Amino acid sequence: MKRTGGSRLPRRISERVDSIKPSGIRKFFDLVMGRPDVISLGVGEPDFPVPWRIRDEMIYSLEKGITSYTSNHGLPELREAIAEYYRKFNVRNIDPNDVIITTGVSEGIDIALRALLNPGDAVLIPEPAYVSYKPLTILAGGDAIAIPTTPEFKPTYELLARYAKECDPKAIVINYPNNPTGVSYSRKDLEEIADLAIEFDMVVISDEIYAELTYSGKHISIASLNGMEDRTVILNGFSKAFAMTGLRVGYVIAPSDIAEAMLKIHQYCMLCAPITAQIGALEALRGCEEELDNIRAEYMRRRNFFVKRLSKIFEIRKPDGAFYAFPKIEGYGLNSEEFAERLLLEKGVAVVPGNAFGDCGEGYIRCAYAVTMEKLKEAVDRIEEFVKKL
Amino acid sequence: MDKVIEILKILEDNARLTPKEIAEMTGYDEKEVEEIIKAKEEDGTILKYKTLIDWEKAGEEIVYAIIDVRVTLSREKGYDDIAKRIAKYPEVHAVRLISGDYDFQVVVKGKSLKDVAFFVAEKISTIPEVRDTFTHFVLRSYKEEGVLLFKDEEDRRLAFAP
Repeated sequence: MKRTGGSRLPRRISERVDSIKPSGIRKFFDLVMGRPDVISLGVGEPDFPVPWRIRDEMIYSLEKGITSYTSNHGLPELREAIAEYYRKFNVRNIDPNDVIITTGVSEGIDIALRALLNPGDAVLIPEPAYVSYKPLTILAGGDAIAIPTTPEFKPTYELLARYAKECDPKAIVINYPNNPTGVSYSRKDLEEIADLAIEFDMVVISDEIYAELTYSGKHISIASLNGMEDRTVILNGFSKAFAMTGLRVGYVIAPSDIAEAMLKIHQYCMLCAPITAQIGALEALRGCEEELDNIRAEYMRRRNFFVKRLSKIFEIRKPDGAFYAFPKIEGYGLNSEEFAERLLLEKGVAVVPGNAFGDCGEGYIRCAYAVTMEKLKEAVDRIEEFVKKL
Repeated sequence: MDKVIEILKILEDNARLTPKEIAEMTGYDEKEVEEIIKAKEEDGTILKYKTLIDWEKAGEEIVYAIIDVRVTLSREKGYDDIAKRIAKYPEVHAVRLISGDYDFQVVVKGKSLKDVAFFVAEKISTIPEVRDTFTHFVLRSYKEEGVLLFKDEEDRRLAFAP
């Protein structure tokens, strides 16, 4: 065998992957390293530990030696529990066979896009948006069409139609309550999106991971609107409401043909979601309502407090849900990244620059209030001191 | 949630919050929050503001004992009379009427085992209505007033996550 060493391919990495930018948050990690005084409002992750009854159930299952694969679909009891649970958000008559347990919502987004897209198919992505919709669309061979929704952060019919007419989209990805803006959509807002989806014959990929953390009004799934059940892929999971982030467990509820296509991808790329996490998820749906009420109430208080204080410094839209505030930092002579970097270096408060969530997020920062009241108070004091000196 | 109940729940968890902060957290008017707290202090709903201290960590030797007490009731002396008599001793931390084999559960606080044992022998057992007592000394406490006395989960989250 001849060994000449090194690859002779001029470019080993796929052009498609090459075209994707790495996450903009990366460089901030280095700045935080070795600074114990940093208060991080940069984490899209609850500060509560997973409720004990969930952890206990998972430990017990491990003691019993339950560590095998599950069916590709996921545990039948869990799928049934999810079908039942979604009645809460007005979606009835879900066939548990149309539910697939995924390795977090991230996998759900990926396999939904891969199941739907042919090369060059357009996908509408109202921005600011969660960081993975765009790259996963590109990886699935699609064309990601970013739609700026500033300053109201609502994808109205009029706005969406303008883009849809030009690109004949196959799907739209929505996320409400929204990461990073915290904005949620009312029935009327959803009806506008539904009208558009029907008119342009699109599938709606609806990321509802923050549904349980809705403080103003009630979460309504877009799938519950007239004519939408057959064109909505619901994505949800256990990371945010039950703090099960590292356990990686989510689910999709999709029309049968789409669910079947997604299952095909899921069975080859993932096989099944981790069984321990699935067992924990089942306990989350069965016995954690009271804990969830307490968690929701606590986040709501933090939101009220935090937004009230921030509104004295910045222009800010009161978030309806999730645990993010997205204030506008314009007028201080810094762009989002400069602002976030200097705030971190000078005051030890970590926030994420708004442009990480799309170009229209420039001029904003995302602050996650998933920290204790004491830390939140300290953080907002430091932010106040910081802008006073600018 | 009821306004008053919500404010009480917030205070129960953290008594140091100011009316201003509670107003910011709930979205209620600051003046109103202040008035509700004052009214609840006056009508005895709010009994006291205390601090939960881990005395073992503070290096202070404090002995707690749980005393099961069985009593004999009579026409003149009911549960309330006996309980009130026991409760008035400053050494007594808590008195509860309970179901089961015994009538009262009395928590006694003292400086040493001897201290507590003598108190029970001299002050509780000698009450005419007390039939017998059963003393359990507390060796270690793991949770008090809903608060864990050990470290549960450290915050292992990364500083940034999308």
